[in-house]
Amino acid sequence: MALAPARVSMPAEAKAGEIIEIKALIRHPMETGYRVDARGQPIQRHIVQRFTVTYGDEEVFRMDLTQGVAANPFIAFHTVATRSGELVFTWEDDRGEVVTVSKLLTVTE
Amino acid sequence: MIIPIAIVSAIALMPASLHAEPLPSGTEFLSDDLKALQADEAANPGLLWVDEGARLWDTVQGAAGKACASCHGAARDSMRGVATRYPAVDPESGDLLNLEGRINLCRVRHQRAQRLAYESDALLALTAYVARQSLGMPMRVATGGAAAPFYEAGKEFFHRRQGQLNLSCAQCHDDNAGRPLRGDTISYGLGNGYPAYRLEWQTVGSLHRRLRSCAFGVRAVQFDYGSPEYVSLELFLAKRAEGVAIETPAIRR
Repeated sequence: MALAPARVSMPAEAKAGEIIEIKALIRHPMETGYRVDARGQPIQRHIVQRFTVTYGDEEVFRMDLTQGVAANPFIAFHTVATRSGELVFTWEDDRGEVVTVSKLLTVTE
Repeated sequence: MIIPIAIVSAIALMPASLHAEPLPSGTEFLSDDLKALQADEAANPGLLWVDEGARLWDTVQGAAGKACASCHGAARDSMRGVATRYPAVDPESGDLLNLEGRINLCRVRHQRAQRLAYESDALLALTAYVARQSLGMPMRVATGGAAAPFYEAGKEFFHRRQGQLNLSCAQCHDDNAGRPLRGDTISYGLGNGYPAYRLEWQTVGSLHRRLRSCAFGVRAVQFDYGSPEYVSLELFLAKRAEGVAIETPAIRR
């Protein structure tokens, strides 16, 4: 399976109102569809098209990726720690494969 | 005739005596951004292969019903420092083995499993995982005894002109290391970061893949992955890298 594994790095704990950095990395070829193989045949496009992150039941980050993004996309962003809950990271590619990673964040007052 | 021979042998000895201080790792020639990428475990894409290697380490494979961990236990303890000593001679067969070769020998001899294809993601992942356990430890290979003929062969390879451009490894990586070549800086040709994530490849690759790229660049014969020529050269490069810290999986351009 081309889509696994993924790595997500974020603090396990944060203070309420604290801005935390989240880094997400996934293994994916991000084949553009513009290349040809050794026999001159076009290589079919194969890219991650969407990356979404939910925090609790709220979507906090979404990114549409294109063939301009290099292989093994690395995405870093910030969010505000509001309450303890689960962050769910989802990558969807153009062949319908979906990879999901969940991380718990504990928020202290 | 005696005097010219003496001068020639003095010149031949020079590169070894120049290496009292460890040579600069290829990382020294990266931009600050790429150095930061390499150092950040959350961002370095090579760690994806290390993760995969950790999974394979614990996975039972082959007719013997063993995983790597069945014999070696936790890699964190058993594999610590191992990569600093490779390539090394296998006493049983007398062959010089790099980490890839050792892993495949273990698979055949102890796990009764198929050899993993050189440059397959599985072999790269296991090799990167094993080498990662020596992160920051200085390279220290043995070049005497049974390893001596392999070391001499590697040294001879390094200094032999080859290819349509008629260049030896030494002409770039000794004589011109640190100077620009096209858009990049010529490194000292050390293998301390491999398997490495090379931006040009957009994936993790072995040192032998890098050597084949070098051969392509000077339009010379590309030897096979895992060929005796390249394993001997790898031993010579590892000796050149004596004292240089292991950085696997390094970021390379």
